Amino acid sequence: MNIMTEASVEQKLSTGTNEPSIKMKGEKVSVHYGEKRALFDVDLDVRENQVTALIGPSGCGKSTFLRCLNRMNDTIDIARVSGKITLDNEDVYDPKIDVVELRARVGMVFQKPNPFPKSIYENVAYGPRIHGLARSKAELDGIVESSLKKAGLFNEVKDRLLESGTGLSGGQQQRLCIARAIAVSPEVILMDEPCSALDPIATARVEELIDELRQNYTIVIVTHSMQQAARVSQRTAMFHLGYLVEEGATDKMFTNPDDKRTQDYITGRFG
Amino acid sequence: MTDAISSFGAVGRPVSIHTDDAAKARLKGRYRAETWFKWLGAAAVALAGLFLLLLLSTIVTQAIPALRQNYLTLPIDLSAAKVDPAKLDAVNYDAIAQEALTAKFPDVTSRQDKRLLRGLISTGTGVFLRKDIAADPGMLGKTVDYAVPLDDFADLYLKGLLADVGSDEAISTSVTPSQTSGDIDLTFGDAAMLALARGHGATEGENGMLTLTSGASSLLVAFNSGTVKLTALSPGANGTAVAKGTVIEALDSTAPAASGQAFLRVIDTPEASRKISDKVIVWLDTLKSAGLIESRFNSIFFFTGASREPELAGVWGAVVGSFLTMIVTLAIAFPIGVSAAIYLEEFAPKNRLTTIIEVNINNLAAVPSIVFGLLGLAVFLNFFGLPRSAPVVGGMVLALMTLPIIIIASRASLRAVPPSIREAALGIGASKVQTVFHHVLPLAMPGIMTGTILGMAHALGETAPLLMIGMVAFIVDIPGGFTDPATILPVQIFMWADFPEAGFQQKTSAAILILLVFLVIMNAIAVILRRRFERRW
Repeated sequence: MNIMTEASVEQKLSTGTNEPSIKMKGEKVSVHYGEKRALFDVDLDVRENQVTALIGPSGCGKSTFLRCLNRMNDTIDIARVSGKITLDNEDVYDPKIDVVELRARVGMVFQKPNPFPKSIYENVAYGPRIHGLARSKAELDGIVESSLKKAGLFNEVKDRLLESGTGLSGGQQQRLCIARAIAVSPEVILMDEPCSALDPIATARVEELIDELRQNYTIVIVTHSMQQAARVSQRTAMFHLGYLVEEGATDKMFTNPDDKRTQDYITGRFG
Repeated sequence: MTDAISSFGAVGRPVSIHTDDAAKARLKGRYRAETWFKWLGAAAVALAGLFLLLLLSTIVTQAIPALRQNYLTLPIDLSAAKVDPAKLDAVNYDAIAQEALTAKFPDVTSRQDKRLLRGLISTGTGVFLRKDIAADPGMLGKTVDYAVPLDDFADLYLKGLLADVGSDEAISTSVTPSQTSGDIDLTFGDAAMLALARGHGATEGENGMLTLTSGASSLLVAFNSGTVKLTALSPGANGTAVAKGTVIEALDSTAPAASGQAFLRVIDTPEASRKISDKVIVWLDTLKSAGLIESRFNSIFFFTGASREPELAGVWGAVVGSFLTMIVTLAIAFPIGVSAAIYLEEFAPKNRLTTIIEVNINNLAAVPSIVFGLLGLAVFLNFFGLPRSAPVVGGMVLALMTLPIIIIASRASLRAVPPSIREAALGIGASKVQTVFHHVLPLAMPGIMTGTILGMAHALGETAPLLMIGMVAFIVDIPGGFTDPATILPVQIFMWADFPEAGFQQKTSAAILILLVFLVIMNAIAVILRRRFERRW
C-alpha cells in the first residue's frame, strides 16, 4: 500500500527548514504481536517542543507506535519491534541503551489514571527517588512541589500531600500522573488517550496543561477525539490498519488533507 | 373497552410472543425453578450448619470436663521424722501422701482395700510434692495441708461420668442394724424397701427373697455415721423387711435410726458395668462431704507434657512441638514460596519449561500428604540422617506440603495487582525489580499473607506425614529446641484417641478443642488481613 504520497513527502521536506528540530524519529517501524503484524513500516518524526497527535480508528496501531517510543512494548512478551527509532539521533533499541534511562527521558501518561496507591507526595517523589535526582529531603520536596505546580495540581492538594493519591477525582488523578511523569524531568512525554476517562471539564483542564507543557517538553499524544487533536497539537499523524496514512501540520490535516481516508475519518464517515 | 385494554394481549392489541399464554407459562416455570433453587440452597446451608453445630457441640460437651481436675486436700506430714531435709531426693513422697490418706479411713484394714484406697490419689502425687517442696522449703518440718490430684477414675466419678448416682433420700421408716461392722442384718420398719429393690433389678428367689447382685443397682443405706450396702432383702414379721448388708463404713452404734434419720442412696449403674466400686464411691462421697475435695482449673492438662496416666497428661508438649514445627515450616515455605511465585509470575519467560514447572506445582498441591511423609523419611532421615521425631524434620516435610499452596496463592494475588500499576512504575523508569518490590509485592502482600496463613493452618492440622518421620513417639518432656524429640497436636490427639483409659476420652476432645482454637485464630487473622488491606482498583 502507498504509505505516503509523493506530494506529502515533498511538502514535509520543503517545510522542514523553519520547523523545530526533530526530537524522535521513527524509520520503517514495524511491530508484530506473535504472528499478527500490528504496524507496517511507519516513518514518523516527532519535533521538539511540539505536540504531535496520533489519530485513527481503534486498532489502527497508534498506541502501539507510541509504546515503541519508550519501549513499553518490551513488557509484552510476544511483541517484536523492527525498524529504527531514534531519540536525539540515538537508536533507542540499541542494546547499549539502558531502557531505564530511556524511560526516564521519555515519560508516559496512560489512558486510565493510574496513581500508585500511596500518598500524593510519594506518587510524585517516587521517580526522582529511584533515579537519585534529589540529594536531600528539601530538594525532593522542591521537585514534588514544582512538578505539582507544573501539572496545575498544587493548589488543590497542597494541604493533603500525605493523603492517598487514589482518593483524588479522575481529572486530578490524571494530572497527578502527569506531575509524576514531569518529576523525573523527561525530554519527551507520551500520552496515551489521557482524557478518555475524564469528563469534559477535567479534559479541558488537562488540554490546557498540555499546551503549557509544550514550552518545556516534547509531547506525543494519542487521541480518539478529533477536536482534541485539533485543539492541542501542532502536528497530526493519521493511522489506519497499522499504516501511517498521512502526517503533517494539524491545520492542514484538518482543513485540506491529502488522503481521502483522512478526510473521511475527520469528517466522521468512518472510525 | 377499558377492560380490553387492561390486560396484555387482549382485544385491540396485537398478541406478542412475550405476552401470550405460552409465554406466561414459561415465565411461571422460570420463577418456579428459581424458587426451587433458592430453597435447595437454603436447605443445603441449613444442613451444613446443623452438622457443624453437632460436631462442635459434641466436642465441646466432651471436652468441658477435662478443663477441671478434682484435688484432695490431705494433711501431709513433712516433719523431720518423715522427710530428711538433707536428702530430699531420697524420700518416698508417694508413701507419705498415701499414709495421710489411709489415716482418714482407719477402719480400712484389708490389704486389698488399702490398695484400692491408695489408688484414689494420682500416681504423680510424689512428683508434685517433691517439686513444690524444692520450690518452697518452708513446707518442711511440719504437717501441711496439701492438695493432691485425684486418680482419673476418682476424678471421672466426681464429674459424674462413671456412674449414675441418685440423690440421698430419707427413709421414712426406722432402720435397726444388728452389728456395727462386717456382714450385718438390717431391719426396716415397713416393706417399702422390697418394692424399691425390685424396681432396681433385684433377682427374686424362694420365699420372696430378693438378691441384689452386681448386675443390679447398688442400694446404699447411710445412718449412724456409717454406710451399709444391701445385698439381699426378704419380708420380715409384722410387715417389716429384713435386709442383709455389708458395712462399707463402720456404724458408730447399733441403735435404731428413727424414721427420716437414715438415708438411701441408689447408684443406678450396676457395679458390674462401671469401673468404680461401691466402696470407692462411698469413700469419695465421704471425702467430698467432709469438704476435702475441690474442683480446680486443670493446669496439669494445659501446662505439662504427655503421660500414660490420664490425670497427668497435658497438651503443652504437643503445643510447643506444633509451634516449633510451624516456625520451621514458615521459615522454609514462606520465603521459597513467595520467591518462586514472584519469579514465575513476574520474571520467568513463558516457555515450555515454565509451563511444565507450573503444571507440576499445581499437581503437587494435590499429592496426598502421606507421600510427603514418605519422602521426608527417605530423604531427610535416611539420606541426610537428620534426627528422628524432631520438629526440624517435621517442619521441613510440612514445608514441602505447604509450598505449592503458598506459591499458588501468591501467584494469584500477584496476578490480581492491576497491570496499570506495573506500567506506571515502568513508565517513569523503574526497573523490573524495583517495580516488583516497590509496587507489586506490597500490594499483593495481604493476599500472600492470607494464603500463607491458610497453608499454615492446613499444615498445623496435618497428621499423616509426621507419623512417617516418627513424630508419633511417646514423648513426656517438653521439647526445648528444633532437634529435640517432639510430637504435635494432631498426632497427640491421634494417640490419645487410641488409649483405652476412659480419662483420655475427655482429654482427646479438649485437645481437639485447643487445635480448633488455634485454627480459628489463624483463619480469623487471615480474614482480618483480607478485610483490612483489601484494595479495589
